Amino acid sequence: MKLTGAEILIKMIKEQGVRTVFGYPGGATIDIYDELAGHDDLRHVLVRHEQGAVHAADAYARAGSCVGVALVTSGPGATNTVTGIASAYMDSIPVVIFTGQVPTALIGNDAFQEVDIVGITRPCTKHNYLVKDVKDLARTVKEAFFLANSGRPGPVLVDLPKDVVQSVTEFVEPGKISLKTYKPTYKPNKKQVAKVVDLIAKAEKPLIFAGGGVVLSEASEELTKFSRLTNTPVTASLMGLGSFPGNDPLWLGMPGMHGTYRANMSIGECDLMIAVGVRFDDRVTGKVETFAPNADIVQIDIDPTSIHKNIPVSCPIVGDCKETLTMLNKMVAKADKELVCPERIGWLSTINDWKSTTPLRYEQTEDVIKPQYVIERLNELTDGETIITTEVGQNQMWTAQFFHFDKPNHFITSGGLGVMGFGLPAAIGAKAARPDKTVIDIAGDGSIQMNIQELMTAVESDFPVKIVILNNGCLGMVRQWQELFYDKNYSSTLLENSPDFIKIAEAYGAKGLKCTRPDQVDQTLKEGLSFPGTVIMEFKVEEAECVYPMVPAGRAITEMILV
Amino acid sequence: MSCNKYLLSILVDNEPGVLSRIAGLFSGRGFNIDSLSVAKTTDPGQSRITMVTKCEPSIIEQIKKQLNKLINVITVNDLTEKRYVQRQLSMVKVHAHIDKRAEVLRIVDIFRCRVVDVGHEHYTVEISGDDEKLEAFLSLLKPMGIIEIVSTGSIAVARENV
Ligand SMILES: Cc1ncc(C[n+]2csc(CCOP(=O)(O)OP(=O)(O)O)c2C)c(N)n1
Repeated sequence: MKLTGAEILIKMIKEQGVRTVFGYPGGATIDIYDELAGHDDLRHVLVRHEQGAVHAADAYARAGSCVGVALVTSGPGATNTVTGIASAYMDSIPVVIFTGQVPTALIGNDAFQEVDIVGITRPCTKHNYLVKDVKDLARTVKEAFFLANSGRPGPVLVDLPKDVVQSVTEFVEPGKISLKTYKPTYKPNKKQVAKVVDLIAKAEKPLIFAGGGVVLSEASEELTKFSRLTNTPVTASLMGLGSFPGNDPLWLGMPGMHGTYRANMSIGECDLMIAVGVRFDDRVTGKVETFAPNADIVQIDIDPTSIHKNIPVSCPIVGDCKETLTMLNKMVAKADKELVCPERIGWLSTINDWKSTTPLRYEQTEDVIKPQYVIERLNELTDGETIITTEVGQNQMWTAQFFHFDKPNHFITSGGLGVMGFGLPAAIGAKAARPDKTVIDIAGDGSIQMNIQELMTAVESDFPVKIVILNNGCLGMVRQWQELFYDKNYSSTLLENSPDFIKIAEAYGAKGLKCTRPDQVDQTLKEGLSFPGTVIMEFKVEEAECVYPMVPAGRAITEMILV
Repeated sequence: MSCNKYLLSILVDNEPGVLSRIAGLFSGRGFNIDSLSVAKTTDPGQSRITMVTKCEPSIIEQIKKQLNKLINVITVNDLTEKRYVQRQLSMVKVHAHIDKRAEVLRIVDIFRCRVVDVGHEHYTVEISGDDEKLEAFLSLLKPMGIIEIVSTGSIAVARENV
């Protein structure tokens, strides 16, 4: 069967089970778009900026537990994706990005809209390819999906010169992908896992620290089971939120710079930490020398480079989180000794004391809306089925603190890179993957303007999303640092001029709701949530509100500034 | 912390961009490359990179793991603690005034290397050997006045089959 490169590309994308791609056309991809138009079973969502395409694909992958796909043109189309790719890379999200490229004969000539996107994205992709011959196309596409979604997932970019896409070749079905240099270790070493059972039996103050790896390997059930079997409390990184039920008595909340008091104190005091699918980001560890100073640390990760990278570990386990926890649960169930020592009761009550003496707090007064209050009310007024995306800054941290996530893949945020402008396109991607769910972007007035053009995508594509803008009139998180550490020198962080968000919503064909009074918060949320289409709910909130607790950068995480 | 010298022998896919992936990994993560040599192997699909890097002992594990993580890297063999034969080739252009010529030639003779180019004012000497030999050679030549040194990176092969 003779096929063009474009036909092969679409065929291979569909064979991977992809039903939706996010993209933006241009000269170098016009042949692909020409072909795409004829495929009713592969939906193309036209974003309004290529960065949005990658964030949408990223969230699509997370909400749908599949691979997200973005398709953009050469040159500026390709460079516009870099932020999205870097974010997906930091968060280990399986995304495949197809970029158009100038014809092979012109590569290297500074041709119109030529850019070395393979070179540019080398450090922020799991792998990338320039396809020089149409005969390699089918296999490369299949390999790209395989790499993106196996081992530690991540973005893979495939650069497609225009002539390759146009040429015709005999289509050969690529066989099973097996790379001699790439064999991720899924099965953990049994002896190492057995050590964990011994450690847990001895531990008086054990703690589980879960991360994005638990979500990615779909190991939440196993994690929850392990925690309950051994009566071990759980904290989870930003990327791990939802991997353990947020309403469980063993749940401690998120640790780190804006972690809960009890999570940070537990890390300071624990004698055993079982870290599952976390990479010990500096926002979590604070000063590394003081991180979990009394603990034996077990680290379970599929990526060997994550182990010992930031924190010395006494029991490393390379393996898939789900397989490892499954094995561990079996061993725990069969263990012939008592795994919960009597001292454990004291540990749990210490933690409970921390919780009751020093909970997350804020004060809602009568006149000004507190941002935390909006999130708490949102948590109350939605069920556990709602998908939340966020922008970056205070809005993101308050969401992590005050919204309770009970399930994985329901909290989608740019964790590692912290990209302002992530939340709106991500909400669209999540809605595309899960049209049955309500999807809400919790935003700041700064971040929302970074990809606000995607409102058009949401309205047009009929992927209605809800946007909650916590309008504090400033770049809150940076303002907070200035308030606390830079003598209140609010250099360039006060957004004195912002557009009328209600008019913006209306201009894009969405609905806009504005709320300025605490007693109207519920009503606004209810109205926005029940509206079937895309809606912006703008809440005028306290400008000077800070996120607490806060650990100053570089300090021990037990040295928190509290409210 | 102390810096050690490590010798890595890295087998990679012979593909465009592979060297740039490795160099990029080192620069991006702040590792340093002391010397590097790349050449083909008996298998046309593979190349051998021999690399000398200086770092703290805690970093070398991370370097090896990061290298292994690259899709185009086939094996990473750390020769540092193993028995190996190492060579580097240098060409040294040295002043050779009429009154110094005999002395230069005597040193060349002692080190069993050879003069590959002769000018009115200089000799160019080719020498190969391990680090120690090259260092000793250069320190003896130095008083003569070295004009230029051009060296390859180290290459090394393990003594046993590893
Ligand atoms: C693309 C990008 N630029 C800059 C930053 C640095 N930054 C982090 S938080 C923040 C402020 C965000 O302001 P806003 O969206 O209003 O949210 P708030 O903190 O007020 O909730 C900034 C500028 C960033 N994270 N991303």
